[in-house]
Amino acid sequence: MRRIAVVGASLAGVRAAQELRAQGYDGGIVLIGSEAHLPYDRPPLSKGFLAGTASAASLELLDAGDLASLALDFRLGVSATALEPSDRRVRLSDGSSVHADGVVIATGGRARTLPGFEGAFVLRTLDDAVALRAALVPGVRVAIVGAGFIGAEVASTCRSLGLDVVVLEALAAPLAPVLGASLAAVCARLHRDHGTDLRCGVQVTGLSPAGVELADGSLVPADVVVTGVGMTPATDWLAGSGVPVGNGVHTDAGLVTPLPQVVAVGDVARYGGRRHEHWTNASEQAPVAVANLLAGRTARTYEPSGYVWSDQYGGRLQLAGHPRPDDTLSFVEGDPDSSSFVATFQRDGETVGVFALNNAKLFTRLRRQTLRRPAAV
Amino acid sequence: MIRACTVDELPPGESVRIPGSPAIAVFHTEDGELYAIDDTCTHQDASLADGWLEGCFVECPLHAAMFDLRTGVPTCLPAKEPVRTYSVVVDDGVVYVEGVAREDAA
Ligand SMILES: Cc1cc2nc3c(=O)[nH]c(=O)nc-3n(C[C@H](O)[C@H](O)[C@H](O)COP(=O)(O)OP(=O)(O)OC[C@H]3O[C@@H](n4cnc5c(N)ncnc54)[C@H](O)[C@@H]3O)c2cc1C
Ligand code: FES
Repeated sequence: MRRIAVVGASLAGVRAAQELRAQGYDGGIVLIGSEAHLPYDRPPLSKGFLAGTASAASLELLDAGDLASLALDFRLGVSATALEPSDRRVRLSDGSSVHADGVVIATGGRARTLPGFEGAFVLRTLDDAVALRAALVPGVRVAIVGAGFIGAEVASTCRSLGLDVVVLEALAAPLAPVLGASLAAVCARLHRDHGTDLRCGVQVTGLSPAGVELADGSLVPADVVVTGVGMTPATDWLAGSGVPVGNGVHTDAGLVTPLPQVVAVGDVARYGGRRHEHWTNASEQAPVAVANLLAGRTARTYEPSGYVWSDQYGGRLQLAGHPRPDDTLSFVEGDPDSSSFVATFQRDGETVGVFALNNAKLFTRLRRQTLRRPAAV
Repeated sequence: MIRACTVDELPPGESVRIPGSPAIAVFHTEDGELYAIDDTCTHQDASLADGWLEGCFVECPLHAAMFDLRTGVPTCLPAKEPVRTYSVVVDDGVVYVEGVAREDAA
């Protein structure tokens, strides 16, 4: 292969470019990204960056040395608009196109929006975070729709800025479908302990100048409204390419699409019927996808570690494995009311997940000792 | 010199965090070597003494950057900056860390 196009210049795209070089590929790498910024890391956007304690420069994924050694041909501020495999071509929004023998799809996704919430803030990109940060001036009342990881982190950051926060969640408890009822109760407690007004089982219907309207006809007064309701994979540009899409780019267990010269990584990749929208997943997939791209076939398969962390209210939540809410939860250290604990999820006598609040050491041990390790890199 | 702990308190495969500024993490590898580095990961805010020790590398407990205990240099993202390394001496069954970062630290 003489030239590879990596579409999407964020974590998964950067990791793929790094792996191409690490695995000995010395041809051209074109890194195409619709954002105008050099690649940056997203997790701090809802944490330190939103709080004003982390600078934009600290988010950059590549330093000057990396930029020099990777020798990437950047196309930033332009989107890929089409993939034409027969022609080995990626078309770009500025009218140009890139000829490439291999393509890495790393387009992640966009923040989902809710009908009736046009004009509310979302948080996916650096520009989103800059805009939201500017709105969080002293005295504003914040309403957040969605108590998932991002909604909870934004709520936590807003509280650290001294703002009044209401979180509106449709489920009976935050993250219950992921964590199960007792850990969902812990997440709810974190909000309440820190003065966030968490309201669960609430149906929102739309935005008014005064705040958020609910299905029961009431209004939650707010000056700043943020929707944190997940993301939509960015696959529209693949229409007509022959690459199967539908809630992500469909791949085999090695992240290879039915076209052997096209692989997918990160939040956009759907393999085995699932996507994983987490930092570690995007980072760990790159070596596997790249090895298969360079081999021209599925030589390696990907084993997700399921590791995800979240920082909320000065505490650290960590989850690994692939638990289901109906797994049996047992507390290895502490209990759900303590400020630090570790719990494991068991299914059929086997440990399938580990969760910790403020106990990185024991979490790490259990993750490495009892869960199967991710595919070696 | 900072007193870390006794040798008995730090069996192979274990680590200990010495609070202070900077906080320092001391590791006893399975091969019996002792290493000391800055405890705080250079990426964000995690204690490397809580990390996973593998050979002479420690994996950060938060985002899994791996640091070489011999040089302090991270071998993978997301950390980019090295941590400082310190000399460790054992005297009469007690582990001490030299309080100043070694000049040859990467
Ligand atoms: C605010 C926030 C906080 C987070 N916190 C955590 C956390 O604490 N822990 C954790 O595990 N994970 C966290 N995540 C998730 C993590 O950031 C993502 O899993 C990760 O960014 C996925 O990387 P990616 O490269 O696959 O996709 P993305 O980061 O979405 O990047 C995709 C890139 O592709 C670009 N793109 C899209 N379409 C096109 C196109 N047609 N042409 C060119 N470019 C295109 C986009 O502009 C974007 O820059 C967080 C995410 C957000 C948004
Ligand atoms: S804090 Fe250590 S790798 Fe991020």
